[in-house]
Amino acid sequence: MLKHSFHEGLLRIEGSLVAQEIPSLHSELEAALKSKDSFNIDLSGLTGIDSAGVAFLEELTLKAAPKGALIIHPPSAEVQSVMDTFRSLDLPTVEPRPKQGFLESAGENLLIRLDSFKNAIMTASEVVWWSIIGIFDRSGQRKYSIVQHGLVLGFNAMPIIALMSFIIGFILSLQSAVQLRIYGANIFLADLLAVTMVREMGPLITAILVAGRSGSAIASEIASMNVSEELDALRMMALDPVRFVVVPKFHAITLVMPVLVLLAIIAGEIGGAVIAFGYLDLSVSTFLSRSFNILTLKDLIITFTKSTVFAWLIVIIGAHYGFQTTGGAEGVGKATTASVVSSIFAIVIADSLFSLLYI
Amino acid sequence: MKNSKPMISVRGLEARYGEKVILSDIDLDIFPGQLTVILGSSGCGKTTMLKAITRLVEPTKGSIKYWGEEITQMDENHFQKVLKQVGMLFQGGALLNSLNVFENIAIPLEQHTHLFPALIERIIRVKLSLVKLGDVMHLMPSELSGGMKKRVALARAIVLDPKILFCDEPSAGIDPLTSSHLDELLLELKRKLNMTIVVVTHELASIHRIADRIIFLENGRLIFQGDLASAKQAHVPSIDTFFRSGRYD
Repeated sequence: MLKHSFHEGLLRIEGSLVAQEIPSLHSELEAALKSKDSFNIDLSGLTGIDSAGVAFLEELTLKAAPKGALIIHPPSAEVQSVMDTFRSLDLPTVEPRPKQGFLESAGENLLIRLDSFKNAIMTASEVVWWSIIGIFDRSGQRKYSIVQHGLVLGFNAMPIIALMSFIIGFILSLQSAVQLRIYGANIFLADLLAVTMVREMGPLITAILVAGRSGSAIASEIASMNVSEELDALRMMALDPVRFVVVPKFHAITLVMPVLVLLAIIAGEIGGAVIAFGYLDLSVSTFLSRSFNILTLKDLIITFTKSTVFAWLIVIIGAHYGFQTTGGAEGVGKATTASVVSSIFAIVIADSLFSLLYI
Repeated sequence: MKNSKPMISVRGLEARYGEKVILSDIDLDIFPGQLTVILGSSGCGKTTMLKAITRLVEPTKGSIKYWGEEITQMDENHFQKVLKQVGMLFQGGALLNSLNVFENIAIPLEQHTHLFPALIERIIRVKLSLVKLGDVMHLMPSELSGGMKKRVALARAIVLDPKILFCDEPSAGIDPLTSSHLDELLLELKRKLNMTIVVVTHELASIHRIADRIIFLENGRLIFQGDLASAKQAHVPSIDTFFRSGRYD
């Protein structure tokens, strides 16, 4: 229990001065000390103290120093020893870091982003170069790594891509069917669905799902390897991390992405067919013939070209953020998030550029 | 010291990870104001024991009493009051990566006291100087070396002046000079603040410097507890090997 008294310029503190007692003592003393010109402090009745108590006494003496405060009755040797341990008056004060102005901060951010972009270009060129070399020379890569990555990036992604595409095809057809039926244009559902799924939705849905599922996995895997010095270990074994880690993924995703896009298109068409047959009463032969007739070779070439470009973007961006990671587990999380966001952004930009080819 | 009541008393403790039994039938006492060292080969359950005693790993059997009060069945609110008197230094430091050094150390003060900011800053400066760290308050954990992280974590562990301090391998990843300084600090905390300290360590030099009492674990079982001199005369093969060669075979 802490007690204090203020009598004839002498502040007497008795009992145990610990963290829990300080807020109330502080508020009581503030008012009392304001009216005093000078005072002394008697600590002889102090039976215990902790680091908060020591800090409080130091604050008190510092505040009171101009008024001539002085500890005239020292505490017991035991309390004094604790006070000596937690003494902070001789420690240098730490200046807060100067805050950046808006322009300074904006400029720094711009430079960081430019630097990051430059690094991304470097990573991209390295990945593409070693991927081309890797087709002919498989040294520096593990055996069967393409098959392994193909299974992880491609085969395991099939169920979710099929399901999502089926649902999107279904929704797209349902929304369109309601409008088409009003005008008696039921038959055009097949055209609309085929063009949408092949030209846009198939590649886009697949790329976004692969970016979320496999792109994040690539970024987090490389980022974890980076922070746990596994990449340095590879370098010390005279292995290039790009060739050993990234190139097999690049090859695997190049092979599996068109298959995944084809799966997405077929699943989307099936989803749409449910509406075409069940709601618009189209026959199977009409639906199929209209779907095939509307599509051209150009459509298929652009679709599979852009899906391959999307796949490359996902791997390169994932690898870039993985290689740039610093700062332990938090850095891995940040790299993964940044990689997914950037991949989706890059995919949408690339998709809009490919759309120009249809003009 | 044998006449004084134990601060922590453990009886019949068992801890498992899934089906695997890590600790079984552990009986031990931690006495107030003593520095107890827990020894044992890698994987024998030392860290699990610290975690079981602090309920970070819920024991599957047995009793753990702090100041005579059973904690295994204690409700969360009540147990949090107990934890405010306990500090823990984790093996890797366990600093929050999204907060800087100052913010990391300030968490317990801001959450469990109503001290004003100037006081909090002063306390943090003192605790950092105790662990021999200077101007690092504004650095992020990712900007610190392994040894510095450990010392910041120790500063955080003692920021509320706990009555009990658990340290999981404080010397690991730290140079001998800093390690010896940490030992001095632990001794100072014990001597001046009468802090009860439990340390897991493998460092023979450190054990000789700091240990009042030793606990040996082997394959999840306690095979010895007592003072250093008794440990050396206990004629337990693994203990003899350790003190002879400074390591386990």
